[in-house]
Amino acid sequence: MVSLAHLDVLPPPRSRGGSVGSKAKLGLVSALLAEEEARPCAVVALRWLVRHAGVERAVCAVADSESGRLLGLTGIGVSVSSVDSFGLDLGDRAHPLVVALSGGEPVVFHDSSQPLLRALETPLGNLSFHAVPLGSSKEEIGPGLLLLTGLEDGLVSDDILWVAELLGVRLASLWYRRAQAEERRHKRERSWLFSTINAVTDPILLTDADGRILVANAGAEMLLTAGDDKREGWRRAVALNNMLFSASLFTNAAESGPTRRELLLVDPSEGKDLPFEVLSTPVPIRLGETGLVSVLRNVTDLRRATEEIEENYRRLRVAEAATRAQRDRLDLILNSVLDPILVTDAEGNIARMNPPAERMFTFPPGKRNVEVERRVRTNDAVFSSFVSSLYAGQARHWRRTLSLIDPQTGATVPVEAISGKVVSKHGEETAIVTILHDLTEAEEKARLYEQVKRHSDELRERVREATAELAEQNELLRRQAFQLEQASAMKSQFLANVSHELRTPLNAIMGYTHLMLEGVSGEMTQAQHDKLGRVDANARHLLAVINDLLDIARIESGKMPVQIERVLLPELIDEVMTEVEPVIAGTRLAVNRMLAPELPEIETDRQKVKQIVLNLLSNALKFTPEGAVSIRLEHERGSGEILIAVTDTGIGVAEENQKTIFEAFEQANSSYARRQGGTGLGLSICRRLAHTLDGRITLVSRLGEGSTFTLYLPSKPRTA
Amino acid sequence: MTRGDATPAPLVLVVDDVDHGREIFAEYLEFRGFRVATAADGLEALEKAFELLPDVILMDLSLPGIDGWEATRRLKQDDRTRDIPIIALTAHALAAAHDKAREVGCNAVVTKPCLPKDLEQEVRRQLEAKTTE
Repeated sequence: MVSLAHLDVLPPPRSRGGSVGSKAKLGLVSALLAEEEARPCAVVALRWLVRHAGVERAVCAVADSESGRLLGLTGIGVSVSSVDSFGLDLGDRAHPLVVALSGGEPVVFHDSSQPLLRALETPLGNLSFHAVPLGSSKEEIGPGLLLLTGLEDGLVSDDILWVAELLGVRLASLWYRRAQAEERRHKRERSWLFSTINAVTDPILLTDADGRILVANAGAEMLLTAGDDKREGWRRAVALNNMLFSASLFTNAAESGPTRRELLLVDPSEGKDLPFEVLSTPVPIRLGETGLVSVLRNVTDLRRATEEIEENYRRLRVAEAATRAQRDRLDLILNSVLDPILVTDAEGNIARMNPPAERMFTFPPGKRNVEVERRVRTNDAVFSSFVSSLYAGQARHWRRTLSLIDPQTGATVPVEAISGKVVSKHGEETAIVTILHDLTEAEEKARLYEQVKRHSDELRERVREATAELAEQNELLRRQAFQLEQASAMKSQFLANVSHELRTPLNAIMGYTHLMLEGVSGEMTQAQHDKLGRVDANARHLLAVINDLLDIARIESGKMPVQIERVLLPELIDEVMTEVEPVIAGTRLAVNRMLAPELPEIETDRQKVKQIVLNLLSNALKFTPEGAVSIRLEHERGSGEILIAVTDTGIGVAEENQKTIFEAFEQANSSYARRQGGTGLGLSICRRLAHTLDGRITLVSRLGEGSTFTLYLPSKPRTA
Repeated sequence: MTRGDATPAPLVLVVDDVDHGREIFAEYLEFRGFRVATAADGLEALEKAFELLPDVILMDLSLPGIDGWEATRRLKQDDRTRDIPIIALTAHALAAAHDKAREVGCNAVVTKPCLPKDLEQEVRRQLEAKTTE
């Protein structure tokens, strides 16, 4: 504390008039107006004083209303740090400088009492100086002081006073504007603050030590304040809430840190209970006074949330159980697959495998076997390499043939590894599933297939060769068939010609014989007549042979015309019987007819059937010296065939001859046959004719006992 | 003429290039009371037929020059001879020869060898058929 009494403080003499020109003054005014900050303004003013008013060193100090102190603003001829550290309490009313400030007049501090000057602790040290208050002299406490040294004769000129006033006014003006801007900023920030806390749906309150509400946001106001316009119920609820809230505040008043407690309030609009959790934090509100900021959190939702969490937890448990069941099922499926299946996690470790996989990739239980374990490790290495290559690649699926070893037998097992990446919904690769398919069998099959294919190819080649040969043979046969056809046609033509050439002389033989036998050429003796009869018989026999030969030729060349019609066989048998009647009359044989009833009509060539039956019957009569001949007609219901059987009690046919008897010119007993006048072609023709009609002839016979020739005819020829 | 009937016996023209063939049938038919003319080839057959206008013609089919089929065709195309029955005589036993003969207009076909009495029967049958028309 510096007492003014110890200082030689006197008002300095005032100089008369101003020596500085108005131009320099005008320069200062405009320079001051150009500056918007206090410090540059002061600098400008101090420089002006040094230049124009004889000042040597100068310090400008200003009164700071916020801190209540006089603080150094700037200086000339002094150190910056001394200016910055300069300051004194304005409340110290006895301080010489505070006195000078409030005096409104310049004061001189002489260097005659240096220890005291030092005690003032101004940036000017122990130099004597003039303290000139800024602003107009009407103010009680000016905006600041100018401390000036080096004034000539100790005089304070009008120019200095003018500058002090001017600078004071300018600084006051700047401070005022700054205060206003500050005020506006505070207002804005306040409004932001309110908007912010109002935006919080939880009620927020600031209360003082007595529990009075200093600040409340919209949420708090809704619960704790009620205007007159609210209905009675609302106001009562609000009163109740205030009471409850205040009570809750005081229960925790002793606490120094943040507190938490439950509070049940009433919703004024609906009357419902609102459970809150109140979080109170002590805050300083005024010097020595502490308030409480309380945040009320509605725990209705919290409670609901708790319940939801519990429900979710329950569901989770259920889902977990389901997952476990699914997993068990999956295990069951995996275990039922005979091919090894492995699941590899994202790090490439085997996460799961089924028993066939375990057999390949794990050590078997029981006694250790170095060899088996070595093979298992080899398999593991092969598989790991495969899986890591899959992780490196982009493909989702992978297929490759691996060569594993059966750990038990040491046999090489070729497998086809088919892998698929399991990708989560977020595209994350979570696992790789690999199934190993044993290719041993497939390779064996492939080998066998190759073998079969080779054989097949050989076979095909042989078939091709054979086919070519066959084609060649066919061509040959075709040529031969053509030649045969030609030969056959030539044969037929030859036979026709032979027939023609034989007939002409035969006509003469038979004709002249006839003329003579008829007596055209006069009477003959009985012996001549008999001998001519022999010529006639032989000529007739020759004609029969020629006709039969021609028939065979016609049948064989396919030129035998066939006329199919509906035929009633009993009628046909009658006709045959009539024709052979004269022959029968010449024997002593019993001839029987046995016709089954209801014989159906058949479709066939009437004339040819008649020729066959006539031939068979003639043969029977011819070769049966005594006994009986029967003709039997039956219908075979199963096959639909009609059979005509001619049975005799004649000489019969020896077994060795039964096959050849149908050949041309085969008569079993030739000498006998010749006596009977057969051509030896009859049965041959009969069989050929039967074939032409899709029928057949069979023979059952015993030598010396008789024969049965049976003609079978279809109900209709196939060709018809 | 062995018979002294008022109406002359029917005239048969026997056509055959083979002498004995001609002779046998001619002799037998004459023996049986027919009048008989003969021709040895197709051309002669046509001349005799137009000249004599016989009641029946026995026509061998295989003839030198104009054969039996051709001669028959010409006779059947001519108004004077159209109605004369023609019996074809042939040593061809195949159906084709017979069919061809009927096609050109032969009234009957007889295959050689043929007994003279059988031929006589056919001649009489043709004559009866002609008178009943």
